[in-house]
Formats: sequence, structure tokens, C-alpha cells
Amino acid sequence: MPFEPVLLANINKPESYTLRVYEAGGGYQGLRKVLKEKTPAEFIELVKSSNLRGRGGAGFPTGLKWSFLPKDHPGPVYMCINADESEPGTFNNRILMELDPHQVIEGIILSCYATKAVTAYLYIRVEYPTCYQRLQQAIDECYAAGLLGKNIAGSDFSLDIYLHRGAAAYICGEETGLIESLEGKRAWPRIKPPFPAVEGVFRKPTVVNNIETVCCVTQIAARGVEWFKSIGVPSDPNNPRDPGSYGPKLYCLSGHVNKPGCYEAPLGITCRQLIDEYGGGIWKGRKAKAAIPGGISMGLFTAAEFDTPLDFAGPGKVGCLGLGTAAVVVLDETVSMVDFLHNSCRFFAHESCGQCTPCREGTHWSLTMLERIKAGKGRLKDLDLLLEIGDTIGIIPGTTICGLSDGAAWPIKNAIRKFRPEFEEYIKRTNPTGYMVTEAVNALPVVALH
Amino acid sequence: MAVLTEDMIAAIKDYFPRYPTRQAVTLPALHIVNERLRYVPLEAVVEIAQLLELAPAQVQDTLSFYGYFKQDKPHGETRAWVCRSIACALRDGEQVLEHMCHAAGIHPGETTRDNKLTIEFAECLGACEYAPCMLAGDVLHKNLTNESAEAFVKQTCSGHGGNGQAGSTH
Ligand SMILES: Cc1cc2nc3c(=O)[nH]c(=O)nc-3n(C[C@H](O)[C@H](O)[C@H](O)COP(=O)(O)O)c2cc1C
Ligand code: SF4
Ligand code: FES
Repeated sequence: MPFEPVLLANINKPESYTLRVYEAGGGYQGLRKVLKEKTPAEFIELVKSSNLRGRGGAGFPTGLKWSFLPKDHPGPVYMCINADESEPGTFNNRILMELDPHQVIEGIILSCYATKAVTAYLYIRVEYPTCYQRLQQAIDECYAAGLLGKNIAGSDFSLDIYLHRGAAAYICGEETGLIESLEGKRAWPRIKPPFPAVEGVFRKPTVVNNIETVCCVTQIAARGVEWFKSIGVPSDPNNPRDPGSYGPKLYCLSGHVNKPGCYEAPLGITCRQLIDEYGGGIWKGRKAKAAIPGGISMGLFTAAEFDTPLDFAGPGKVGCLGLGTAAVVVLDETVSMVDFLHNSCRFFAHESCGQCTPCREGTHWSLTMLERIKAGKGRLKDLDLLLEIGDTIGIIPGTTICGLSDGAAWPIKNAIRKFRPEFEEYIKRTNPTGYMVTEAVNALPVVALH
Repeated sequence: MAVLTEDMIAAIKDYFPRYPTRQAVTLPALHIVNERLRYVPLEAVVEIAQLLELAPAQVQDTLSFYGYFKQDKPHGETRAWVCRSIACALRDGEQVLEHMCHAAGIHPGETTRDNKLTIEFAECLGACEYAPCMLAGDVLHKNLTNESAEAFVKQTCSGHGGNGQAGSTH
């Protein structure tokens, strides 16, 4: 049975981004109903009972996150919407903002109503100019229609939404990096605790949510919890702490497939289903070699692991970091793993914010080693050195402030542990002596060589 | 002489009511100046700091964190970001970047002598389904090939063979 898209239901309509088309499709009905019939606390309970988990990468239960806000705080409470979307391979937030900005805004209003936030900042990466324009248009339409500003839709709830542009830095997607950046500082992630719910932007209680997450909130308000829980993978009955993987998910598919694109499917389809049923299979009649399961930070599936379900628990079972952003990038059989890892290490060395020594130095040295290996100067022991870096940087081993370094570590660990023979073969073939030719030797004055 | 025009100052002040602190207007202010001047000279940093009631060093500290704002000289009339991240690299994005730079006669990060075009590498532009891709100004160029990239360079530069050397303004 093909899945009927919900989050993407509007995007193919002409002028899908206008208030007129959105409302004609039933838009803002869910919001009007919630404003009339539910208190903020009741709406938090509703979202809690849906088991909605954040779509931004960490998969934290949304209702639970909202309920961490202090109850007796004089306020204000701030909502930060994370539209920094910079994880390589990921583009679903772009599609939602560009083609269905009102679904995003409805979700923001609902989330702010629940958390009693009166100001929402939508932090959007500067590389999304069309999204920025469409969102601003949509926000203007909402103010004119009484859906933003004072007394939304006749209720006593008021809200302002402001767009705030980033400046091309991946780390602004990390929630406390985002907060620092919003405050006008360098995007240096904060040491937690305090968590943003207690002390976030402008030192006030703050919630950070992803664009796709708030779109799910819109759909839960419109269609109900039962509908949401009828989709996806139920929680494990033997594990009372497992929130399951409910609801639809926007899977981004790119790389070596016939039909790259953003596809909506129930959480829990397998990587193979995504590639074959949605992506039209591997391109050029080739075989797959590997795939990134959820943005480059999550590591790698080998082709033999393609039957892993893409739900919150799946990728972790085969040694990946997690589901991440559910952005699958497929590598065909011609791809060199050395090139892949070089590309990954270069990204993280470029994007490390530099606060923590293990991350700043680890990402830098892993890139240096990959450059050396690529240039035919690698040594077999470099692979162990790389693994040592991979195993020691990150919040999981407990050496850094934020998760960027875990994301840098996972591609290293997965690529080398899952494809070690290929790396060894490459090094032996390109540097048969096994010595490291260092720059220092090359730089000796000519006289000294004679 | 002041670098910020009345218009820029007014645009910056428009942002004040949105935030509880002036410092939060730093990025908006940098964007406002950058959009108009195509860079943010040091003088502008000092003037922004005055408006935001900050020390110039605070604005400079923030600015220097983001590679986005140039300070030495304006970028070209068109600023092209060619993606080098994984989905684009798998579809020859890096070769396209190289080819394009060659066609324009510059290295990544440089501007053609006629000031028409700056080419830079970008990390994932969030348009991986169109790999390899490039963002030039506000326009996303999808599924680039060497040919389409070269045609873009020719069109953007002064039309004299696309090496960007003609019509120098400096
Ligand atoms: C290095 C790094 C980059 C991140 N980038 C993003 C991002 O671009 N967008 C996003 O929504 N979350 C990103 N996250 C996750 C956020 O920190 C945060 O968990 C998320 O925005 C919370 O929203 P959610 O609960 O709705 O998923 C990133 C995390 C890390 C460690
Ligand atoms: S882990 Fe890396 S990116 Fe994160 S705060 Fe530390 S240095 Fe910055
Ligand atoms: S990898 Fe190039 S746009 Fe995402």
C-alpha cells in the first residue's frame, strides 16, 4: 500500500506557499480548534501522548522537552525554530519552508501556545534565500489575517515570529550554538546544564525545535494522536522507556540513485526500500557499496546492512550513531572509501568551532592524515591513529562540549572498521615502502642532501 | 566619513524592537551592510558597534567567527558558492568547481579582475537532490556540468571569452 503523503501533501499545488491555498486545503483549522478547546497544558499532554520525537537529529520526545520548562517562571519564554539545516545530505526543511511555509507557521504557533512563548525566532541558514522570502511573505499574510500578532484567531494568545538569518556555519544548528549566534555572539555551543529549557536565549527558558518537528505538531493538531500513532514503529513493549518511532518522516535521498529526492514514508522503512521503491535503484545499473543513513554524522551502512529499518532505533543496531536527519546518501561500487572519508573529515575540520581541544585538533589531524593517505603517503598505523581519534572525541566518550565531534568520529569509525581491507590495500598500493614522507624532509636545504 | 548610510542605519534600527538586547542585532546589521556593500569594512564594524552600544571588538569577534562576511574588499557582483560536500562530490561537484575556477581564471575564494564574479566552495547547500549544485546570488543552479558551469562563468563575466580579465574596473 503506497503511503499517502501528509507533510508533503500540499507541495505540488500551484502557489502552495500562499495562505489562500493553504487554508483551502484545511490549513489553520487544527490551530483554531486547539486555541478554542485546549489549554496549553492539555496540548502538551496531547503531544506527549503522540510520542512525537524531534526530527532535527537527536530524536528527543517533543512533549517531554516542552514539559521541562519551569512552571512558575515569570517569563518570557522563547521559542527558537532551528532551520539551520546544514547536515550534509539533508534538505527536507528547505522543501517545507519553500513550498509549505504556512504548515511551518501553524506548527510554530501551536508549539508556542503549548509552551506559552510569546516570541519565536526562526533561525534560518543564509543559503536558503527563497525559503526566507516565502516565510516572510507567509508571516506577513498571517499578521494581516489575524493569525499572528495580538489575539490570534480571536483567542487571548499573542505571538510574534521573527526570521533571523545565519551566516554559513554548521555549528549554528547545534541548539546552544544557535542560541549564542542569535544573541549576536560567535556560535560557541554552551556547556550543559543548564539546558535551554531552564536558561536559554537571553538567559530565559527556551525551547529549540526543528522545522519538520513543528510540521508534525501541525498534523497532530489537525488529525489527532491516534492517526499519528497508526504510522511507524511502536515502542518496544519490553522497554518502558522506548518512545517508539511514530509518524511520517521526510527521507532525503541523494548520491548514486536514479531518482534523488525527498520522500515521505512511515518511520521504519528500510534503507533498501527507500533506495529501490522510492529512489528507482542504484544509478547506471551499478551495485551499491555503502550508504550514509542519516546525514554524514551518522556513519555508514555497508550494502549488506541495507535492510536496517530507518527508525530511531535501527541505525544504532548496526554500529551507526543513529537515525540523525534520515538523509540517505548512497555510494555506488566505484566510490573509493578513502575519498569518502577525506570528504567527511574535511567537512568536520572546516566546521569545528574550535572550543574543545579534542574536537579542534582531532578533526584537523584526521583531515591531515586523510590528505596524506590520499596523496600516497599513508602508513598502515595511520588507520589505528584515526580510530584512536574517532574513539576519543565527542560527548559520548565525554571529552567535548557538543555533538559535532561525535558526528566527526562516526564516519571515521564506521569507514575504517567496516572497510578496513580497502584502506589497507590502498595504502600498500600507493605507498609500498610504508614510510611517511614528511614535509620536513622535503624542506631540508639542498646542501644537506649532498 | 561614515560608511553606514542613513538607509542602512534605519534598516538596522528597525530590528531593535525584535530583541531584548542590542547585541542580538549584530548578525542582522552585518547582513544589512554586507548586502549593500558586498563586504563589511572595519569602519562599518565600528559604526555598527556604536549603534548597538557594544565595543567594536565584540562585533569584530562575532564577524570573524563566520567566514561569510568579507573585510578586505567587496566580493564580486555575483557571489557563487559551489558545493563540495558529499552528495555533490559523489556527482563530480569538485571537478565542476575546478573547471569553473579554471574558466574564470581564479582560485576558489577569489574574484575575477573585472569584479563580476567571486567563486567560493560551500559545504552542503541543502539541495543535494540536485547535485552537483551551486548558489549564485539568490539563484540555485541545479545538476551542474562542466559545460553549464562554464556557460555560467561566460554569462556572468563580461562576455569576452569568460576569463573574467576583460573590462577591469581597477
Ligand atoms: C553539530 C550539530 C548540528 C546540528 N544541526 C542541526 C540543524 O541544522 N537543524 C536541527 O534542527 N537540528 C540540528 N541539530 C540538533 C539540535 O541540537 C537540536 O537537537 C534540535 O534542533 C532540536 O529540535 P528537535 O527536538 O525538534 O529535533 C544539530 C546538532 C549538532 C550537535
Ligand atoms: S565539540 Fe567541536 S564543535 Fe562542539 S563545541 Fe567542542 S570544538 Fe565546538
Ligand atoms: S551535498 Fe551539495 S547540496 Fe548537499
